[in-house]
Amino acid sequence: MANPEIVIEGRSITRDYTMRTGVFSAPRVIHAVNGVDFAVERGKTLAIVGESGCGKSTLARIITLIDPATSGTLLIEGKPVDIGTQPMTKALRATVQIVFQNPYGSLNPRQKVGDVLMEPLLLNTDTPSAERRERAMAMLQKVGLKTEHFNRYPHMFSGGQRQRIAIARALMLNPRLLVLDEPVSALDLSVQAQVLNLLRDLQEEFNLTYVFISHDLSVVRYLADDVMVMLKGEVVERGSRDQVFSDPRHAYTQKLFAATPVTDVAAIRARVARRATMMQERV
Amino acid sequence: MAALLDIRNLTVAFDTAAGPFKAVDGIDITIDPREVLAIVGESGSGKSVAMLAVMGLLPNTAKVTADVMQFDGQDMLPMTDREKRQIIGREITMIFQEPMASLNPCYTVGFQIEEVLTRILGMSPRDARTRAIELFEAVGIPDPAERLGSYPHQMSGGQCQRVMIAIAIACNPKLLIADEPTTALDVTIQKQILDLLMDLQEKHGMGLIIITHDMGVVAETADRVVVQYQGKKMEEADVLSLFEAPKNAYTRALLSALPENATGSRLSTVSDFMAAHQGEGA
Repeated sequence: MANPEIVIEGRSITRDYTMRTGVFSAPRVIHAVNGVDFAVERGKTLAIVGESGCGKSTLARIITLIDPATSGTLLIEGKPVDIGTQPMTKALRATVQIVFQNPYGSLNPRQKVGDVLMEPLLLNTDTPSAERRERAMAMLQKVGLKTEHFNRYPHMFSGGQRQRIAIARALMLNPRLLVLDEPVSALDLSVQAQVLNLLRDLQEEFNLTYVFISHDLSVVRYLADDVMVMLKGEVVERGSRDQVFSDPRHAYTQKLFAATPVTDVAAIRARVARRATMMQERV
Repeated sequence: MAALLDIRNLTVAFDTAAGPFKAVDGIDITIDPREVLAIVGESGSGKSVAMLAVMGLLPNTAKVTADVMQFDGQDMLPMTDREKRQIIGREITMIFQEPMASLNPCYTVGFQIEEVLTRILGMSPRDARTRAIELFEAVGIPDPAERLGSYPHQMSGGQCQRVMIAIAIACNPKLLIADEPTTALDVTIQKQILDLLMDLQEKHGMGLIIITHDMGVVAETADRVVVQYQGKKMEEADVLSLFEAPKNAYTRALLSALPENATGSRLSTVSDFMAAHQGEGA
């Protein structure tokens, strides 16, 4: 029954956090993620869209096997995985990797870029040191950096270059699935475009599967195959990119679209005209 | 019509080991009364530094020079700090990117807005409280009377930005400078804050300068746009012409890097674009 082309699948994934509100009152349970189902095919990109507090990053941590789910089943390539009860294996670690939002916070400032890239191999594989070095060099070039960057520290790089380093580190173990948690939202527009291009190229080259977490609908539209919209821990809308963008069904998705600024010339013309008449009425 | 703010040849330089670094390099900025001006640029373009220089908020290490700096017909260049304070904080006010960081976490938001009203406008505590409630109402904070007793950490980012806006409009300024006012906020909250700013701008007839890196925010708010890159002004145009027919290579590069303008599968990047158009315009 397991479709080999499904890289990751979640069935009613739930994550609860208990909050103590006082000494005598009962603890409050917060459903950060509440019964979420999803499945991503090999080589495809699933975008998870939502605003702060909707549970998208919690879900990312569950998919990346950082946190266990409170309940529900997570299947990686058809096999159930539960890090709450099973020990974490090195093979499993090599399957899923993550790139975080803030490249300034996710790189150790005291670690040289070369060491950043070789560390995953050192911890999870028996690769000899000469080969580790070679593979790190190759990956550095793959993400558009140069071999002379190998011995430099993270502070010597710009935000976009640091995000390239974070992407390179995530790819060192040849993962099948890459979780991208807002990878471009801290970057300038022009750098964002470069990193998005890089992600596209890498996906094509390594046949990578992406779970792309973002609040920016224009970026999602550019990169995603399927879209899932989350609100308060639950999925309120899902579908192919074209389906969701051309015909959003749920009121919240429609609200998101309405709130997203449009850079379309016709829309600007309409706004300018509206403002001109309003100003005239006031004078 | 005389300009509200008129700045010519503004330069801000910082001394570094490698000689002076010009964060802002000879920029002219003018804004008319009741106008919305957007200053767009990427990090390091000097867009914030230029406005901080006008507000006098830069450290002493910054060397600020300008040929002309006039606000509402008054020449600001020969003014002493004391004279400048009559304008800055009253007639020109500013809000910042991080609303949580702009408010003092140790005091209630009510105290912080009433402080402005009593100190600057000389209101009695009782009048200040009444006015503070009015202002909170005007910026759309629910239960304003109750909210005055809240601390910043008890409010969301969007609510804190509303408090900042309430404080900024407390003295009926002629010019409000908003430095990336919605960058830290969710998209639906961003929409609310931008709508609020535009609404207040129209109601009070203020000038509004929005500093942003987000072309979407520009498209939704500005009358006129200044595009800045590496401390220099690249282009200045009304919003429609800028989006319809950008003249400068850098502006075109920025617009084509928008994901919604992707042609085919690749996004064109600013560096590609600048390389292809060397020496043109920029």
